Amino acid sequence: MDVFGSFALILAFICAVYAFGGGIAAILTRHPLLIKSTRQAGIATCCLIFIATFSLEYLFFSDNFSAAYVVSHSNRALATFYKIAALWAGQEGSLLFWSFLLSIYVFSVLIAYRNKNGELMPYVGVILAGVQIFFLTLNNFVASPFKALAVPGANGAMDLVARADGNGLTPLLQYPEMVIHPPNLYSGYTGFTIPFAFALAALLARYPGEKWIHLTRKWTMIAWGFQTAGILLGAHWAYAVLGWGGYWGWDPVENASLLPWLTGTAFLHSVMMQEKRGMMKVWNVWLVFTTFLLCIMGTFLTRSGVVSSVHAFAQSSIGSWFVGFLAIIFAVCLVAYFKNRDYLKSENQLDAIVSRESSFLFNNLILLVSCIAVLSGTLFPVLSEALSGSKISVGAPFFNKVNIPIGLLLLFLTGVGPLLAWRKTSAESLRRNFAGPLIIGVLGGTVIFALGYRETYSLICFSLCFFVTATIVMEFYRGAKVIRVRSGASYLTSAIELTLRNTRRYGGYIVHMGMVLIFIGLAGAAFNQNVQKEMQPGSSMQLGKYKLVLQSFDSKPEANYTGLRLNVEVFVNNKPLMMLYPERRIFETNGETGTMVAIYSTLREDLYVVYAGQSPDTKLPVIHAYLNPLVKWIWFGGVVVVFGTLVALLPNRRAVLVLSGAKQPAAEPLVHGMTPSVTYREGHD
Amino acid sequence: MWSRSRGRGVKKQAKFGIGIGVIVVSLGCLAWLGYGESKTYYHTITELQTLRGAELSHRIRVGGTVAPGSIHRFTGRVDFVLEGEGKSLPVSYVGSDPLPDTFIDKSQALVEGRETDGRFVAEVVQAKCASKYEAAPGGTVATPSTATR
Repeated sequence: MDVFGSFALILAFICAVYAFGGGIAAILTRHPLLIKSTRQAGIATCCLIFIATFSLEYLFFSDNFSAAYVVSHSNRALATFYKIAALWAGQEGSLLFWSFLLSIYVFSVLIAYRNKNGELMPYVGVILAGVQIFFLTLNNFVASPFKALAVPGANGAMDLVARADGNGLTPLLQYPEMVIHPPNLYSGYTGFTIPFAFALAALLARYPGEKWIHLTRKWTMIAWGFQTAGILLGAHWAYAVLGWGGYWGWDPVENASLLPWLTGTAFLHSVMMQEKRGMMKVWNVWLVFTTFLLCIMGTFLTRSGVVSSVHAFAQSSIGSWFVGFLAIIFAVCLVAYFKNRDYLKSENQLDAIVSRESSFLFNNLILLVSCIAVLSGTLFPVLSEALSGSKISVGAPFFNKVNIPIGLLLLFLTGVGPLLAWRKTSAESLRRNFAGPLIIGVLGGTVIFALGYRETYSLICFSLCFFVTATIVMEFYRGAKVIRVRSGASYLTSAIELTLRNTRRYGGYIVHMGMVLIFIGLAGAAFNQNVQKEMQPGSSMQLGKYKLVLQSFDSKPEANYTGLRLNVEVFVNNKPLMMLYPERRIFETNGETGTMVAIYSTLREDLYVVYAGQSPDTKLPVIHAYLNPLVKWIWFGGVVVVFGTLVALLPNRRAVLVLSGAKQPAAEPLVHGMTPSVTYREGHD
Repeated sequence: MWSRSRGRGVKKQAKFGIGIGVIVVSLGCLAWLGYGESKTYYHTITELQTLRGAELSHRIRVGGTVAPGSIHRFTGRVDFVLEGEGKSLPVSYVGSDPLPDTFIDKSQALVEGRETDGRFVAEVVQAKCASKYEAAPGGTVATPSTATR
């Protein structure tokens, strides 16, 4: 099966090269058969990558320990569930998984548009094939996942061998979230290839109008939704598994996932300016290009370790491949832009400072500043060494100092932007739309202050959360009221109907609401507490209102590991509340340990208990307990964001109009000579 | 008429420019403050032994491999030895966070802190997640020998 997989990958590479080269010839000659054959080569490439990926999974499921990758990342006792995740546990498999997910997108695009957009699709096909060629080059020639296990033989040649069992999967990945977090994040990274391909294709083909934006809106949202879910699942994994009580540490790999999310979010907003007013065309094209470049850079940072260990970079072959690919993409984008920049001429200019356009502009600017700050902070060791010869890294204070105010500004714009009118907003409109939410924001902030939460940024954040929530609720209320008057349905039913009639707009509001919930959770971090104590059975520690009593500790052998478990009883006001079981797992195959954090989570706070190890002197267990307020809101907010994204992806339900008799002749004949009194259209006013 | 509307456009652009300038300058100042608070100099173990004067007062990050059998846990601190480029560095970890699960003998680790009397006092220890980073060829992460079949 490993030979089969290798062969499929080689064939996929050949097909991709044909789809690329033949595609360019097809664009030049416009020969219909050539266009068709290159498209089919693109589809064949995807199918072959699917086959290769399933072959590798088969090697895991069949415990084939003659394959080096399987030996490194699996063992017989590994649960079936984790044998799926073992696919992306290492370098080679991750890169194949990248190709696999990209192929799902490419396959879907090539099939969905096979008879549409004839002018654009040959360009799209070539660009997608180009990206696939890069990853297939890595899969075939740089980091093949199908290498056989071999040891040096007596005559100096390598002898193929098979092991009885493998090394096992690293314990950090033996956690359910690790089965869903990487696919989500990778689906985000790979998904941005589609809007990139369409944007570049439209620029190269000088494709008229904003059609490429309409075509890619859903693909962009799908990629953005996956990226968001991936980032939050990663944060949750770090929180629940790493045992340090936090969910975001500004680690290079975390930052790598955030960067394309920031520019992708900016793009999702700024395209509305292009659709509505024909503005920001250059900006939008470069935002998509940048987002894709950052996706590749994110994969490069994750895979190469260039930042965490500067010395490994020069010796790592994978890093130079990525740098080369990034340079090629950037050069192609630059040439395409300079060649066809007249095609991107703006049709309008900003009319007023207080307008929807300016709110989008500021939103974009702030997101971009955040992106630059995170990128420069992440690459600071590399940049500082190049500029001054000293390798300097920056830590959490740098990222927090810049990004907390940026986050608050964005939160403010989340409330303000949707209520501002296009072109210009009058003072009367400002007063009408914002007076209520402002009062609610100030009152909410005052209540929070009175409750004793007095950290400045958190207080501002809570006030803004009240303000934004009020603006969103007001928007739903106003729209639902109109429908309610006509249909007589309840407010809730009317709000659902309203959402389904303009999914993009109201789905967007749901996403905004999810972001508000996430911000509430983030604001809670200012009030975290923790305590660490060596405990003997019967002893206790106090943390906030909770008293933790260590009842006992034991050791339990399992199939793949031995679990050292603490039995901790939690009391509130001296009344027993529950038992918690923080655990350390010792994995037999590689001697690594795994921390299983015990969390009692409520909307108010998380009680987070870690078995931190044994005291070297007394051999007694050491418990590190954290009290983290409002963390649950982050995960709940993430669910709401994903739900909102899904709603925004739904097609608009055509309004079932209450038709009234026409007093004037209809422009076009309608059923029974009626004309609608209200016109509904797809949009995002 | 044309010049008046153009004049208005310039005025609007100036207002935007000022707004954008204020935001960028403010964030730049914050970034500078954050940089001052958190900048850490990356050195190899060999370089660390050649540092003099003010350089030693910097916050320093050092990478290396944890020497087998060198991890000793004491109350309030964990001692171990980092190795790299043929040199070794004794380290005392005094941070409050538990050491990462991947911190074991022969693991690649990054420590952050300051050097005091020949011993590196670390407040932060990061151990590389072997699944995420490619080991440098010839590095210390044990991987089976491979050949393409």
